[in-house]
Amino acid sequence: MKLRTLTLGLLSASALAFAAHAESITIATVNNGDMVRMQKLTDDFTKANPDIQLNWVTLEENVLRERVTTDIATKGGQYDVMTIGTYEVPIWAKQSWLLPLDKLGDDYDVKDIIPAIAGGLSVDGKLYAAPFYGESSFVMYRKDLMEKAGLKMPDAPTWDFIKQAADKMTDRANGVNGVCLRGKAGWGENMAFLTAMSNSFGARWFDENWKPQFDQPEWKNTLQFYVDLMKADGPEGASSNGFNENLALFQQGKCGMWIDATVAASFVSDPKASQVADKVGYALAPDNGLGKRGNWLWAWSLAIPAGTQKADAAEKFVSWATSKHYAELVASKEGWANVPPGTRSSLYANAEYQKAAPFAKMTLDSINAADPTHPTVKPVPYVGVQFVAIPEFQGLGTTVGQLFSAALAGQSSVDDALKQAQDAATAAMTEGGYIK
Amino acid sequence: MARAVTTQHKTIATAAAWIVALLIFFPILYTIITSFKSEQEAIQGFALIPSGTFESYSEVQQQSGYFKFFFNSVLLSVGSTILALLIAVPAAWSMAFSPTKRTKDILMWMLSTKMMPAVAVLFPIYLIFRDTGLLDSRIGLMVMLMLINLPIVVWMLYTYFREIPGEILEAARMDGASLWKEIIYVLTPMAVPGIASTMLLNIILAWNEAFWTIRLTTTNAAPLTAFISSFSSPQGLFWAKLSAASTLAIAPILIMGWFSQKQLVRGLTFGAVK
Repeated sequence: MKLRTLTLGLLSASALAFAAHAESITIATVNNGDMVRMQKLTDDFTKANPDIQLNWVTLEENVLRERVTTDIATKGGQYDVMTIGTYEVPIWAKQSWLLPLDKLGDDYDVKDIIPAIAGGLSVDGKLYAAPFYGESSFVMYRKDLMEKAGLKMPDAPTWDFIKQAADKMTDRANGVNGVCLRGKAGWGENMAFLTAMSNSFGARWFDENWKPQFDQPEWKNTLQFYVDLMKADGPEGASSNGFNENLALFQQGKCGMWIDATVAASFVSDPKASQVADKVGYALAPDNGLGKRGNWLWAWSLAIPAGTQKADAAEKFVSWATSKHYAELVASKEGWANVPPGTRSSLYANAEYQKAAPFAKMTLDSINAADPTHPTVKPVPYVGVQFVAIPEFQGLGTTVGQLFSAALAGQSSVDDALKQAQDAATAAMTEGGYIK
Repeated sequence: MARAVTTQHKTIATAAAWIVALLIFFPILYTIITSFKSEQEAIQGFALIPSGTFESYSEVQQQSGYFKFFFNSVLLSVGSTILALLIAVPAAWSMAFSPTKRTKDILMWMLSTKMMPAVAVLFPIYLIFRDTGLLDSRIGLMVMLMLINLPIVVWMLYTYFREIPGEILEAARMDGASLWKEIIYVLTPMAVPGIASTMLLNIILAWNEAFWTIRLTTTNAAPLTAFISSFSSPQGLFWAKLSAASTLAIAPILIMGWFSQKQLVRGLTFGAVK
């Protein structure tokens, strides 16, 4: 009897000790398909790490950005792992707000991360966030409509070809728009597209001395081309369209071409969701022969805030979620087509992945064609392809986005929008102390 | 003839009221309809007849666990309302029955706190919550919701109390009632309809509050507003799931509102016919 009591007592004490030892980490993330899948597969992690419990906080992208920025700036300590993008990583790392990821494990294989992506997430050679999925942008087009128009999409088209093809594919009577592009105002919406596009037109946000460049002919050429193209061949109300709106239009067969994130390829080629799944072709983002293409580079990545008390557990999780093992886990449960794209070179060398994802090669080529450290034709003092990695960019980018969106909607002229953008950028740069 | 005109006017007024009501309710109705569609149906354009699938509800429950958020919403809205009433009833009593020359100014000042955009005080409030260990705590959020709705609660009760004749309270005092007995046994029973409608409105306001409830919580205290927010996606069309999450979040308060509409309407319109 005594022995039984003693055994039970010891077992209870062990259970309590284990419960007390179990550490819970809080992970902030967005509701994108790949993130949701990760949440469903975390049993694999907790089985291997029974002493770590995972709490998830899923938020809308803008709210997430605001929440994690508030938390990290005030050292609130609410999160142990944060999902952030290539815009935040260099800025936050320089502020010492993030911990360098140097304990990801012996079998993690950091060198397998695609160099362009790793470059965007590193400062002074140290990796500050591990990419969960990466993307560039490219052209998705309807092969059947292209054939009907009597054209053949080259692997690396020019903007002139895109205009020519859009004009021929537009069939408003049947609800087909030649081209669908982002128009909704926001630094991560229309300005992601327009900044990347402007790179291929030879434009830049600032010169080497941080002087705004919206008064230069390259920006005029970019914005005029965009507005003219969209007026002639874009959908109605395009100034309200972002990624999701254009995705819906393309899936319903209402766009001949759509230039947007490479991650969209898995949506438009999914027969369960897309009416045109078997008719989609892919090409690199267009250029103007100046040496830069109009494609961007982005990676949703997992980072650890410097204020966390649970850095070891957090890094274990980051290592698991961005490992080769995780890619194999997703492939075994949901097929290779659902593996998070754009982060590891080994994925693109995998024959099974290439077979399951016909857009794989074009995605990798697009990612490799983007250089965040030299994004423009002329030299610039900043890093970032579709953004400028300075804290002022979120506000300024959205202001300029609103001006350009108004130009697309016909509420102002291209010249007026550019003049106001130049004034807004000059004011922001002066206030920020970049120029006098 | 006059009777015919009156009947015709009544019919027109009723029809107009129904049209306005339908217009106001239509976005909610369409959200409910969309929640019974598949994701593919949801993006295919306007359609009032769904296929009737419960797929989105099942996925939403699997993904997030509705009941934890629901429990927090109930606790926060009811708790903050009780706290607000505990402060607002004596405050409104003193302003209604013992006004000073500054009472109007105080009332206006209280209301003026509602005029500032919440985001303007996000950082100070966040820092206070951080330093007092109240981030992601139900108590902290309850106090926050009480504070932001307190001006409205005081104003509503003040307006209602002013309709109660002061002579009745004087009579109670002459019979020897103390201040608390006067408030608890004389004023409160007479003001029950007003307090009830104020309470209902405050519960609705606290239930729907989405700025602070999202920004001051992570996992423990997150209510249904955070639950809805978690289904909005920047890259992916999950409209049916988002609609199912929204329907689940608004259903309890919609049902409560339906059953208590008489008190609510009275609460929102008292004083209008004076």
